[in-house]
Amino acid sequence: MKIIVTAKRVPDPEIKIKVKGDGTGIESHDISYKLNPFDEIAIEEAVRIKENAGGEVILLSIGPGDAQTEIRTGLAMGADRAIQIATDEYVEPSVAARIFKKVVDDESPDLVLMGKQAVDDDANQAGQMLACMLDWPQACFASEIKIEDGRATVKREVDKGIETIEVSIPAVITADLRLNEPRYPSLPMIMKAKKKKIDTISFSDIGIDTTERVKYLGLENPPERAGECKLFETVDELIGALKDEAGIIR
Amino acid sequence: MSNILVVAEHYNGKLKSSTFSSITFARQAGDVHIAVIGSNISDTADALKSYGAARIYKIDKPELEQYLAYEYSIAVTELAKSIDAEMVAMSTSTTAKDLMPVVATRLEAGMASDIIEYTDGKFKRSMYAGNAVATLEITTPKKVVSVLDTAFAKAEPADGESPIEDFQVDIPAGKAKWVAMEESASDRPELKEAEIIVSGGRGFKGPENLHLIESLADKLNAAIGWSRAAVDAGWATNDLQVGQTGKIVAPEMYVAIGISGAIQHQAGMKNSKVIVAINKDEEAPIFSLADYGMVADLFEVLPRMTEKIPDQS
Ligand SMILES: Cc1cc2nc3c(=O)[nH]c(=O)nc-3n(C[C@H](O)[C@H](O)[C@H](O)COP(=O)(O)OP(=O)(O)OC[C@H]3O[C@@H](n4cnc5c(N)ncnc54)[C@H](O)[C@@H]3O)c2cc1C
Ligand SMILES: Nc1ncnc2c1ncn2[C@@H]1O[C@H](COP(=O)(O)O)[C@@H](O)[C@H]1O
Repeated sequence: MKIIVTAKRVPDPEIKIKVKGDGTGIESHDISYKLNPFDEIAIEEAVRIKENAGGEVILLSIGPGDAQTEIRTGLAMGADRAIQIATDEYVEPSVAARIFKKVVDDESPDLVLMGKQAVDDDANQAGQMLACMLDWPQACFASEIKIEDGRATVKREVDKGIETIEVSIPAVITADLRLNEPRYPSLPMIMKAKKKKIDTISFSDIGIDTTERVKYLGLENPPERAGECKLFETVDELIGALKDEAGIIR
Repeated sequence: MSNILVVAEHYNGKLKSSTFSSITFARQAGDVHIAVIGSNISDTADALKSYGAARIYKIDKPELEQYLAYEYSIAVTELAKSIDAEMVAMSTSTTAKDLMPVVATRLEAGMASDIIEYTDGKFKRSMYAGNAVATLEITTPKKVVSVLDTAFAKAEPADGESPIEDFQVDIPAGKAKWVAMEESASDRPELKEAEIIVSGGRGFKGPENLHLIESLADKLNAAIGWSRAAVDAGWATNDLQVGQTGKIVAPEMYVAIGISGAIQHQAGMKNSKVIVAINKDEEAPIFSLADYGMVADLFEVLPRMTEKIPDQS
């Protein structure tokens, strides 16, 4: 099974990001970067499928040159090689999906695994868009994937519970939080990853229409909640405040 | 004015109240048209008659009984084209997340997810787990948005009655097959509909202690939500996770118990009207959001709260 996994570099979700004073972006000093957590889960799943059934896992990333550090992390988790489309600009999901389609057409994988959402733009769009462009079925927000006889049976985390659908392969599947727990790469794997191949293609050389459909005009801080927290010593005082002051309970 | 197509959200025919938030958005953006898609959905369409829509379109077919991205995207796209809709909108849900990007791709439309404001053709939406609010424009002639229901009031009924029309469209079979739904059964109010939510986190230590939050929720007639840590531990089902990547809620009161208040959790609850925190660590970030709180051991406080709070049901 040949699997492409998309892997995006994002600001470390553990660190609180700050909006620049002029609203043109986020403060980039004292930011550290990581692989998008959902993409780590997708990589882990792809590597497990390969460990079971054989095949190849190819990482696909659009981002700045120094994102190779994060790509190497994915290679150390067990991916075989990577393709990077180099650009310093933010690439919106519809553009990313068009680029992914081009690479998928060239590579003809059996499966594309992606994160359900990039935790920087929080869009949750690229996988669904790619599936539509390829005319492949999609199975999004996966918490379990079983592959058998050219079909994937996927459990999906939805608002009402867990839904199961079956899709023919090739397909696009996006990972939710509980699909698996990604491994920490061992030192030998990290060493091995240094020798794995990353093909870099410049953004301007991909030869497809990358016109944006959305224009970001600026960022601002979210509104702060007004007021301090009133702390109480006793349950009676707390209930009293919820009754008399907040008027929430009778 | 331009035509705005709202895709109504229902589950087995039962309308979700979040649909009324997307109607409020659509009223701001143009002439409201509503699509109701599914099988045996006449009552669902009827229930939307008095909300001022120029027209309600029913796409009622047995093959649409279960939601599937491909089939539904064709239904929505063909309708949007036939009424020349400038915008397609649906309130944020896992269905909207699955479907709207496909509709956008078919319409060659730009898309904005989870919008929280709309003025003069510009949208606002949260990014970076709610740490930044972006202003953006969609530059294509057709536009697709998902509407964060907690950011728009629920539409009130308007004058008149909207005509209902059957929209005819051929739906070819796709490559995905619906197999099953394991519904999380509960007698409690739904997270998205509840006025009061009590939420638990890792502080509960183990499944043997969950009865403590259940008793309190019973007394308050509340829904129960959980942090990711609690869902990952298997104490609760995925549909009860509150946060950036779970459900976003804004009830009258949100009581966070044994939850630290990580950025990702805050993203799902910080717009609640009143926030109450119970945590034994006074440094927990949840206190920076809360209006009322107790720095205390939940195992001591919860039984007493449950005992002393008058029954709210
Ligand atoms: C990509 C990504 C997406 C995520 N999405 C979400 C999301 O949607 N929702 C979400 O919630 N999280 C999400 N998270 C996880 C988030 O970062 C936190 O790890 C999580 O919210 C922590 O859960 P918690 O507060 O229950 O646990 P902890 O952070 O461990 O906090 C437990 C709290 O309980 C308190 N406590 C312990 N014992 C007691 C006691 N006896 N009495 C009172 N208080 C006590 C402690 O003081 C502590 O503050 C996400 C993370 C990532 C990376
Ligand atoms: N620039 C990018 N590089 C690699 N993968 C990306 C990129 N943008 C989006 N993706 C993939 O698409 C998924 C959904 O992203 P989004 O639609 O931006 O939330 C992510 O989890 C990634 O797997």
